[in-house]
Amino acid sequence: MTIKKKDFFAQKRGRILAPLVVIGALIAIWWIAVIITKSAIFPTPWQVVTGTVELAKDGTLWDHITSSLARVCTGFFLAIAIAIPVGLWIGRVDAAYTTLNPIFQILRPISPIAWIPLAILWFGVGNASPIFLIFIASVFPMVVQTASAVHTIEKRYLRAAENFGVSRSKLYRQVIIPAVFPEIIVGMRITLGVAWLVVVAAEMIALRSGLGYLIMDSRNAGNRYDLVIASMIIIGVIGLILDKTTRFLEKRKSVRWRYGR
Amino acid sequence: MGDKIVVDNIKKSFPISKGTLEVVTNLSLSVRDGEFLAIVGPSGCGKSTLMKMICGFEMPDEGTIKVDGVVREGPNSKGILISQHGSVFPWMTVQQNMIFGLKDSSEKEKKELADHYIAMVGLKGFEKNYPHELSGGMLKRVEIARALAMKPEILYMDEPFSALDALMNLHMRKELLRILEEERHTVLLITHDVEEAVHLADRIMVLSPRPTKIQAVYEVNIPHPRKISSPELQELKDTILRELGL
Repeated sequence: MTIKKKDFFAQKRGRILAPLVVIGALIAIWWIAVIITKSAIFPTPWQVVTGTVELAKDGTLWDHITSSLARVCTGFFLAIAIAIPVGLWIGRVDAAYTTLNPIFQILRPISPIAWIPLAILWFGVGNASPIFLIFIASVFPMVVQTASAVHTIEKRYLRAAENFGVSRSKLYRQVIIPAVFPEIIVGMRITLGVAWLVVVAAEMIALRSGLGYLIMDSRNAGNRYDLVIASMIIIGVIGLILDKTTRFLEKRKSVRWRYGR
Repeated sequence: MGDKIVVDNIKKSFPISKGTLEVVTNLSLSVRDGEFLAIVGPSGCGKSTLMKMICGFEMPDEGTIKVDGVVREGPNSKGILISQHGSVFPWMTVQQNMIFGLKDSSEKEKKELADHYIAMVGLKGFEKNYPHELSGGMLKRVEIARALAMKPEILYMDEPFSALDALMNLHMRKELLRILEEERHTVLLITHDVEEAVHLADRIMVLSPRPTKIQAVYEVNIPHPRKISSPELQELKDTILRELGL
């Protein structure tokens, strides 16, 4: 028992320690490289830290973060609200599937970045453009994922529901939706990751706020590469937090059955 | 006692890449009210297809199936299927599964009914557990309890215990017999396990290989509780195995 406990803690420490060591090594290499090359533009890790503190202090950093997050959330939840019902519908009704699926399959692989010119044409350079792009990036994968999840529901569960003679609404509420929910969570995780990629790219175009804007602005306003790198790291960390948040949904007991151990 | 289920001259075939595969040809049988009928046959003979048609999940190409004199057109909750792979919903707790199909009663009554049958199959204390937290045998008991809570007139059992180990299989058979003592249901059991059939059934039908028809019928006039090692049971088992060509 005591040995097992020790192993457990050793394992846990390893899980945190090992990546920290690698990150530390990377920072060290970066630092040494900057000193050796005597680069005037590329910042040292410390300059990145001071740059971040500077931004955090005058409050602009929070404005950029919140406006990026607000855009992602709006576009993402709009997409979810449309994609899940549509996915359920085309997953259940074969005629709808054969009619609409080819269209979704064609639209899905088009990079959201390719929609930027159209977004600007339709929505101008305000908030609506990046929200539209995030919506486009999220909606098609979610529809396809939901529909395919409906198709893979095991027949024995549908048969049992049919056998018990339950109503249509109960069939959806208690069988079909919970059966596809684990797949929907996976879809949401992947989609949210894509949405976060897209918002930064979209904000580089013309907006006056957001982390993407911060990167372009820092470069344009006097080559502040310390702020460029600071923004990049913040984008990465927020991406990680978003992923962890959706992972939280996977912990629910009513979805554990789908993921193995 | 009258006939509960009457299968009259049914035929079923499936399209395959070259022509059609005849699964059932000109098969007729009847199940008496309150009877426990076991159907045994070699694997792949079409037992499960026959069961699906009797339950109403599939329609025969020709012939009719009547339950209580009414032609079968789809499944209903008067007869509940317990299948080989199980269909306890993994996203619901044991209790939610039990309540799922119940109608026409208050939440409180549903819970009481669920608890009664959970206790009957010996799973008291597991009401709030999810299926993935239970063992295979416990899951099977949930499935049986859920079917019984619907108060079905007929239990359709398609190799219900074949996924269990030998010990649990025997345990579940005894459990089923005990429950059937308390509540009489008409039972149609499909199995490839001859011992299971002679242990449980009032009557045993042996099916031929595909396209399947009834090859032999045995009445099992041995009172319960039956001892598997008793000479009569062993003799019957051997006779049936011989009939199956073993």
